[in-house]
Amino acid sequence: MSSGSEAPTSGEYIQHHLQNLTFGQHPDGTWGIAHGAQEAAAMGFWSFHVDTLAWSLFLGLAFFMMFRSVAKKANSGVPSRFQAAIEFIVEFVDTSVKESFHGTSRLIAPLALTLFVWIFFMNLMDLLPVDWLPWVATSAGISYQKIVPTTDVNATLGMAIAVFVLIIIYSIRYKGVSGFLGELVFNPLNPKELGMPKVVWPLVMAFNFILEIVSLLAKPVSLGLRLFGNMYAGELIFILIALIFAAGSGFVGAGLSSIFGEHIPAWFWIAATVAVFATLWLNLKGKLDNKKTLWLLLAELLLVGGLAFLGGQLMHFGWAVFHIIIITLQAFIFMMLTIVYLSMATEHH
Amino acid sequence: MNMNATLILQSIAMMVFVWFCMKFLWPPLLKAMDERRAKIADGLAASDRAEKALAEANQEVEQQIKEARDKAGEIVEQANQRHGQILDQAKDDAVDERQRQVAAGEAEITQSANQAREELRATVASLAVLGARQILEREVDEKTHRELLDKLIAEI
Repeated sequence: MSSGSEAPTSGEYIQHHLQNLTFGQHPDGTWGIAHGAQEAAAMGFWSFHVDTLAWSLFLGLAFFMMFRSVAKKANSGVPSRFQAAIEFIVEFVDTSVKESFHGTSRLIAPLALTLFVWIFFMNLMDLLPVDWLPWVATSAGISYQKIVPTTDVNATLGMAIAVFVLIIIYSIRYKGVSGFLGELVFNPLNPKELGMPKVVWPLVMAFNFILEIVSLLAKPVSLGLRLFGNMYAGELIFILIALIFAAGSGFVGAGLSSIFGEHIPAWFWIAATVAVFATLWLNLKGKLDNKKTLWLLLAELLLVGGLAFLGGQLMHFGWAVFHIIIITLQAFIFMMLTIVYLSMATEHH
Repeated sequence: MNMNATLILQSIAMMVFVWFCMKFLWPPLLKAMDERRAKIADGLAASDRAEKALAEANQEVEQQIKEARDKAGEIVEQANQRHGQILDQAKDDAVDERQRQVAAGEAEITQSANQAREELRATVASLAVLGARQILEREVDEKTHRELLDKLIAEI
C-alpha cells in the first residue's frame, strides 16, 4: 500500500511495515533519509530512527501534558473525574513502589510512573490500524513510518540501558564501589566463608565474576527484549491480519474489481469507512437500535470486502481486545521489574 | 532489527521525562492526594464526634421529655383536683342560693298573707260595722255598743 502504482507483494508489504524511517550518513558521506532496508543497514550505528524518536517524544510529551494539566490544578477538594483517574494511576504506581522498593528514594516513584504511562502510551499506538498513519505519511511523502516505538528494539533497549545505569548508580550509592565490586566477586561462592586456601581465591572470584556479570547484564537485556518481543510479535500479527484484508479484497471481493477494474479507488474505501462510522455514530446517538446496527455493519463490511474482509475485521477486533491486555501488562511488567531491580541494587545480599 | 544511535537518544529522552515527572508531576499530585486523605480522615473523625454528641443530645432530650411528661401529669392531677373543688364549691353555692331564695320566697309569701289577712280583717270589720249600722241604724248607738263592737272586731 505504499510506493508506486503496483500493489506490493505480501513480503514487501510486511517488510515495508517493519522498516523504520532512518536518518543517517550514506556511504557516500552525505546525511539523509535511507530509502529501503539495505541503505538503512549500510548507515551503521550512527543513524537514527526518526519515527521512533518522534513518536516516543510526542507520547512522552502527551503523558507530561496530561498529568501536568492535573498537577497544576491539583487541590485537596473534590476532584474532577479526570483528576480522579490520574490520581488513581498515581496511587496505583505509588502502592506498587511502596510494596516492592524497600528503601527511600525520591526518584523511584516518578521513574515508575513515567515508565508505566509512557510505555503504555507507546504500546497503545499498536491498536491503531496498521495502515492508517503510514498511509497518511506516504501521502505526505514520507515513505516509511513505524508508529509504535516499542516495536523498535532501540527504544526498548534504550530505556533498559537507562534503567541499567540507574541500577549501577544505586548499587554504588548504597554499597559503595568496593561493596558493589565485592558483591560481583564474592557471590555466589564466597571463598572466605568456605575456608578455601588463598591460592584458589582468584579462580573462584573469576568464576563468581562471570556468573554475576551475566546475571547483572541479563537484567537490562531481558527488560528491553521482553517488551520489544511482545510488542513486535503483536504488531506482526496485526500486519498479517491486515494482509488478509488485502487478500480478501482481491480474492473474494472480485465483484468490486469487476466494477472498478484492477484498482479499487481510494474514495471507495473512504466512503466505506465513513458509512461504518456513520452507522456506529447513529447507534450511539440512539437513532438505531443495536440489532439493526449489527445487521447494517455486517452488510457494509460484506459489501466492502467480501467474507475475507469481514473475517479480517473480526480477527483484528479479537486480537486488538487481547492485545489491550498485553500492552497494559507489558507496561506494568517493565515498571515492576525496574522497581524490583533498583530495590535489589539497594539491598545487601 | 538494527541497533543504532536511537538507543542513546531514547535513553536520554527517558531520563528527561523522568526528571520532568520528578520535578513537576509527582510532588503536586502526591501533595494534593495526601492533603485530601488528611481532610477525609478529619472529616470522618468529626463525623464520629458528631455522632457521639448526637447520641448524648438524644439521651438528654429523652430525659427532658420524661421530666416534662411527669410534670404534665402532675399538673393534670392538680387541675383535676381543682376541678373537683370548684365543682363542689359551685354545688354548695347553688344549694345555699336555692335555700336563700326559697326562704326569701317563703317570707314574702307569709308577709303577703299577713298583709292580706290584715286588710281582709279591716275590710270585714268595717263591712260588719257598716252592715250592723245599716241594720241597727236607729237602735244601736255606736257609743253605747262600742265595747261589744270591739269585741266583735277582735274576734274576726
